[in-house]
Order: sequence, then structure tokens, then C-alpha cells
Amino acid sequence: MGNITLSAVTKTFGDVNVIPPLDLEINDGEFVVFVGPSGCGKSTLLRLIAGLEDISSGKITIDGRDATDAAPAERRLAMVFQSYALYPHMSVRKNIAFPLKMAKLPQAEQDRKVENAARILNLTNYLDRRPGQLSGGQRQRVAIGRAIVREPAAFLFDEPLSNLDASLRVTMRQEISELHQSLKTTMIYVTHDQVEAMTMADKIVVLNAGNIEQVGSPLELYHRPRNLFVAGFIGSPKMNFITGAEAAKHGCTTLGIRPEHIEVGGGDWEGVIGLAEHLGSDTFLKVEVAGVGNLTVRVPGERGLHHGQTIRLHAPADKLYRFGPDGLAL
Amino acid sequence: MATEHSRTAARLMVSPAVILLFLWMIVPLGMTIYFSFLRYNLLMPGMESWTGFDNYYYFLVQPAFGAALLNTLLLVGGVLLITVVGGILLALLLDQPFKGQGIVRVMVIAPFFVMPTVSALVWKNMFMNPVNGMFAHLAKTLGLQPFDFLSQAPLASIILIVAWSWLPFATLILLTALQSLDREQMEAAEMDGASWMNRFIYLTLPHLTRSITVVVLIQTIFLLSVFAEILVTTNGGPGTASTNLPYLVYQQSLLNYDVGGGSAGGIVAVILANIVAFFLMRMIGKNLES
Amino acid sequence: MARKSSSLKTSVVTVAAWTIGFLIFFPILWIIILSFKTEGDAIKAPLEVLTSGWTLHSYAEVQERSNYALHFWNSVVLSVGSTLLALVIAVPAAWAMAFVPGKRTKDLLMWMLSTKMMPAVGVLVPMYLLFRDLGLLDSRAGLTVVLTLINLPIVIWMLYTYFKEIPGEILEAARMDGATLRSEILYILTPMAVPGIASTMLLNIILAWNEAFWTLQLTTKAAAPLTQFIASYSSPEGLFYAKLSAASTMAIAPILILGWFSQKQLVRGLTFGAVK
Repeated sequence: MGNITLSAVTKTFGDVNVIPPLDLEINDGEFVVFVGPSGCGKSTLLRLIAGLEDISSGKITIDGRDATDAAPAERRLAMVFQSYALYPHMSVRKNIAFPLKMAKLPQAEQDRKVENAARILNLTNYLDRRPGQLSGGQRQRVAIGRAIVREPAAFLFDEPLSNLDASLRVTMRQEISELHQSLKTTMIYVTHDQVEAMTMADKIVVLNAGNIEQVGSPLELYHRPRNLFVAGFIGSPKMNFITGAEAAKHGCTTLGIRPEHIEVGGGDWEGVIGLAEHLGSDTFLKVEVAGVGNLTVRVPGERGLHHGQTIRLHAPADKLYRFGPDGLAL
Repeated sequence: MATEHSRTAARLMVSPAVILLFLWMIVPLGMTIYFSFLRYNLLMPGMESWTGFDNYYYFLVQPAFGAALLNTLLLVGGVLLITVVGGILLALLLDQPFKGQGIVRVMVIAPFFVMPTVSALVWKNMFMNPVNGMFAHLAKTLGLQPFDFLSQAPLASIILIVAWSWLPFATLILLTALQSLDREQMEAAEMDGASWMNRFIYLTLPHLTRSITVVVLIQTIFLLSVFAEILVTTNGGPGTASTNLPYLVYQQSLLNYDVGGGSAGGIVAVILANIVAFFLMRMIGKNLES
Repeated sequence: MARKSSSLKTSVVTVAAWTIGFLIFFPILWIIILSFKTEGDAIKAPLEVLTSGWTLHSYAEVQERSNYALHFWNSVVLSVGSTLLALVIAVPAAWAMAFVPGKRTKDLLMWMLSTKMMPAVGVLVPMYLLFRDLGLLDSRAGLTVVLTLINLPIVIWMLYTYFKEIPGEILEAARMDGATLRSEILYILTPMAVPGIASTMLLNIILAWNEAFWTLQLTTKAAAPLTQFIASYSSPEGLFYAKLSAASTMAIAPILILGWFSQKQLVRGLTFGAVK
């Protein structure tokens, strides 16, 4: 089981209020991603759940049990740290076995669980090495192994992929997703990378300055962002925001249109291509449209567009997002 | 960064050290301050009386104080000059690749590990002695009159001895700093056409500034307290020619039993050291933040 | 860096470095040589000294006449004793400041360091009187306490800089894994901190061994370490170069050896972590 409930949780460091009163419900087996720009409080929130920091007020419930004052180890949560936090003086085997040793499990039981975790994570051949002799991806797997063997109520991940190179990041992302599918344990995952959030999450929690901006499934956030912040944060490349007369025409303060929704050829907007990035599969354009502004456009495939060309753009009415003066979606 | 529970434990763990250091700082220093306002001579027990600032007055106006202050400054300044300049040159030399680097490095560092009484006595007897010392033998070989270092130039001789002990320190620290100099930066400067001299002035020296400051400040702290070297070589003489402040305080309090006067001198030394310490602490404090 | 420097430059550097290194080391070499000479040979001109015979006589004589072993033992007891005592006090303090830093930790560290800046003469008189009144003059116990206190700030600082390098996340991981404070210290912290503690210990033994203010002021005979014993050669009778050399060689040899092992840590310890 792994239900986690935060009720009116706050955190202040000295005079600084990092987390204003915050409520959140995490259901058993869910993959929840906390996403937001750096300094938004997402890591702090994770550490509050882990018990590595005391909450200033409010209540944390894990599996229906009040865990507000419980020590980290009593919460039955396992954490994978950004730096992996492997014990450098212990072999991989001992690293993975450490929580079991702390729980005073019989040696045979420990060995069985470690072997099992190593098999799942392809670490069997590395069990007697030290962390220093492993690659980044392998260290990451050891850290996950150390978390798995505890059979925790929930896994906590604190930006676990940020120290890996781009291609490894994609592989590890998939491995963690597969792990979630096979273990079906609650996972809470912190990242600043919205792509990770979109691809992995059942539920995304978008945080900004300690506040929850929106909670929802990836596609909910994509299709129905509650406000400008979420709209701008989710989706890549970023949503175009148009203000002024063009927005007023649609009866809003800010008009949003995603780059992939703008169609090239025909339409009301005429602009000059300032920059064309050819990826083969897609083409990204920066287009200066008079009276509208600089728009990013994503065109699928290769259309032979280039710098300096004048093109017409069409924004389908059903793909427009409208925001009021307070930044909330209309 | 932590929970309330660990904070309490942390406080408990720090307190023995804090209490001990606090007592160590406050009790003797408080006593020194107290004594410095007393007429207090160990030869006349029971005759202690309050004198206000008299001790300070007499300590500061005695001719020996002026001499001791000057000697202290000359000693600190002279040793700093030799060790910093020598240390930079040596560090630059040892930073070059050559055969037996490890062995030479070890030889250069060695004097730092020699206890002050040994180095002072060895220099005094085996090298500077006007009859049997090596310098005297060398002078005789060259047909010169042997020079009596410790009576003709007592302070300079002590500066030489102390500098020998501290040169390794400066060299070692500056060498460590040199080795952290970015090689690519040097190569970039070379590509930009900077000569060896220019690279030294515009890259190496600024890179070393911090370490040089550290060397200067730390050595100053220790050099302000040079004592053993003077005790075993010249006893501060001839006259007051090689008496520094610590030695003067020692003389006044433990040789002349003038506790009040000695204490006043001690406080003067503390004030002097604190001026240096102030700058050193700021320097280290800055480093703590990064 | 695959660049060839001219062989001429390399030879000049090699010769210069070896010459200067040798000159700096020479006084130490010279006392080692003199310690194996007779008193009569030791005062001869350098070349004659080198060509004269070798003997262990001075070593035997130093031991017989002056109870050298006692002073050596005092140095060992004082330096090792004060170092261990300092570690017992400093390890928990440095641990707490490194891993549970509070708002005032930095100020606390700076203050601790500032106690090291106090010149010894500033407290010479009261310390001497306190020791006299408590009957601690010339006692190993009293001096051990003083040496502990004067080196405590350096020990705390060195340990602090070493502990600081242990990532906090590792300790948090241990906490998450269910380690109690005891097992955290036993299984995680200690193994990772041992190298740092060892080099701190080494440097502190060196500093305490060579300390020559309090050891000279507060001891005379029974508790006198080698610094004080060697100082007694400042007003000797008769020929003494060979004996002084033998005594000095034995006094500095252990520290030279320890010091060579701790070269790297030395920089960091003596600069309070300001230069690494």
C-alpha cells in the first residue's frame, strides 16, 4: 500500500516561506511527478515527505497512519538521490543490502533479495565492485536496487537522471517506467524536465514558488492548462503567447497557441522566417509576424522552408488557449 | 537541512568543544587583564595593589619596549620577505618537470619538521659559531676573518634561522596553488602570444595572490610568537638587540617576577596579534562561503 | 600537454632544483653526519669531518648521561596523548557542524579559530601561576591539557573540512535506509572519515611534538619533552657537537618520517582548508 496524503503542509526556513499551505493526495500505485523550475520547492516537498526535513505545520499521512513526526526510516519510503548517494566504501552488494542489514534481516534472506534485485537491474556481474568503478547508469541502477530491496510503500526520486548524459537519460527513463509497471508501487518523482514528467507520470503536480499550480494527468495539463504558468511550462517547444490587439480580437488578455498547432500555408498571419532548424523529422521555425510578434512554429517533416522566406500561418480556432488578465484560463 | 531531533544531538556534540575553548580563552585572558592592572611581583607576595594603567605606562615607555616592537616587526617582516619571495621562486622551480622531483620536494619540506630548539641550536653551533661553525671554517679557507653572527648581527641571524624553518611552508603551499593553475589558461595565453614573463605577471601571480595572502597571514600569527629560537641562541641579547615582544614579556614576568608588567605586555601582544588575526579571519571566512 | 621542452631547459632545471634542494636540506644532513662522529672530529673543518672515522659513540653517550629515553617518551606521551584527547572532543563537534549546520555554525567555527590567534605570551603569566598553584608544573598531565587546547581549533577545522566533503545525501540515504545514529556513525561515517581523521591526527602529532613555547615554559625535567631537553644544550659544558647532533637526529627523525607521509594534508591543515 502506498497512499500518501498531505494536509495543509507548510515549510518555512527562518523567515522564508518555502511551502505555503499545501494539500495533496497521492494514491496507491500512482506515478506522481513533481515538476517545476528550479527553486520551486519540489525537492523540499519530497524531502518533507521523506522525513528528511520537519514540516512547519500540517499533517502527513502514509497509508492512513499519521507520519508527521515519524523518523525517515519509519515511513517505509525509499529514496533515490540526485547524486545516487552510494556508500563509496562498500561493494555494490553491500550497498544494496544495507537497508536489509539495518532491518536485521537474516543473511540468507538478504542474499536472496540482493540477488533478485541485481537480476532485475542487470547488476549481477557488478555485485562485487565498488561504486567508484561503475558508470553513471550503473550507479543509478545500484541506487534503485537499494530502494527496491526494501519493498517500500513508495519510492521517492529526486532528479535521478540529471547527472546522466542525454541518451542514457532516455534509457533510464524507460527503465524506471518499466519498473513501475512491474512493481506497481507508488512512485514520487521530482524533476525540472517537463519531458520526463510528460512521459513517465500518471499524475503531474506542477509547482511554482511552493504553490501547486495544477494537478492532473499529462494530457489534461497539455490540453487544459489552468493558467499561463502551466501552459508555458508543459509542452516543447514552449507555447506561443500573444498579447495586445490580436488577443483582444479573441476576447482575452493573452492568447496561447502551441507551435505544433500552427499550420503553414493559408491563414491570416503573414510573417518572415527568421530562423529555420531542420531536424529531418520536424522543422522548427522562428517567424516574425507583424502585429502579432515572434512565433515558434513546428512543422512536421521537411518542407524546404528557409531563412528570409515569407509565409502565411493559420491558427485553428479550436487550438487556441485564452487567458484572462489574472493569467487564468478562460 | 535537518530535523529537530538531529539539531539537539548536534548541539550536545558541539558543546564540550565550545565550553573548553571558551574557558581556555576567557579564564587565562581574564586573569592576564586583571593582573595587568595590579602592582604584583612574585618576590613580594601579598603586596598586590591596584595601579590602574601604570603597568601599561611603564611597559610602553621602557626603552626595551620600543626595541622589542621594532625587533618583532623586523623579524616578522624579514622572515616574510625571505619566505614569500623564496617560496614563489622555489615553487616555480619545483613545478617544472625534472628527474627526482619527489626526492627534491621531500628535501625542501624537511626543515619544517625540525623542532625550533633543534634548528636554532644547530644553526647557532654547527654553522654560525665563530670558531667551530661551518661558516667560520669556510671563511678561514677563503682567508677571511670569521664572522660572529649571533653577537654581530643577532637579529639577522635569527631571521635566517626562522626563515629556514618557514621557507618549506611557503613553498609547499604556493606549489600546491601553482598546481591548481588551469593549464588550458596558460596555453591560451601562449597562443595569444604572451611571453613567459607576461604569463607570470598576468596569470600566475594573480592566481597565487590568495595563497600568498594566506601564507603571509598564517606565518605572521606564528612569527609574532617566535620564542624558542631566541631563548636558545641569544637570550634576547646582546642588550635588547634580539629581544622581541614575547621574549620581553617572558623576561619581565618569569625572569624579573613582575607579573603586573608582564601581563600588561601580554595584553599588548594580544592586541597586536588581533590586528593580524582580523584580516586572516576575514580571508578564511570568505573561503568558507564558497 | 604533449609538448617537448628543450632538453637544455630540463637539465638546467634539474641541476638548479637539486642544488637548492640539497642546500636547504644540508643542515639536517650535516647533523646526521656529525652524530656519527667523535666530539673531537665533529668540530673540525667540513672536509676533515667527512674523511674522519664513523662511530655510534654519541648515541650511547646521550642515552647514558641524560636519560634521553625519558624525554623521548615524554614527547610521545604528550603529542599522542594531546592528539587523542583533542580528537575525542573534536570529532563529535566537527561532525555536528558539518552535517547539521545551523545559522551560527559559521560564526562558531570562526570563533574557534580565533582562539588559535591568541598569542601564547598573552596568557603566559596566569597559566604559569595556575600551574604553579595547582602543582601541575613539570607534569605531563597538565601540559597534555594545554597542548590539547592550543591545537583543538586546528583539529576541529581540519576534521570539519574533511567531513564537509562527505556528501550529506549519503547520510540521508543511510537515514532513509533505516540506520540509527549509531549505525550511521559506525557503518557509514567512520569508514568514510577515517582517512581524514588519520591525517588530522598525523599533523597534530607533528605540531604537538614540535611545540616549543609551553613545553619550554611549563616543564623542567620530569615531564620535559625533547624540545626542552635539546634546549638544555644551549649552555653546555665542554665539547658537545656530536652529542647534540645525536640527540637532535633522534628528536627529529620520527617527525621527519611522519611529515613526509602527510605532505598533502599538511597544506590543508595549516591553512585551515583555505588552500587545498
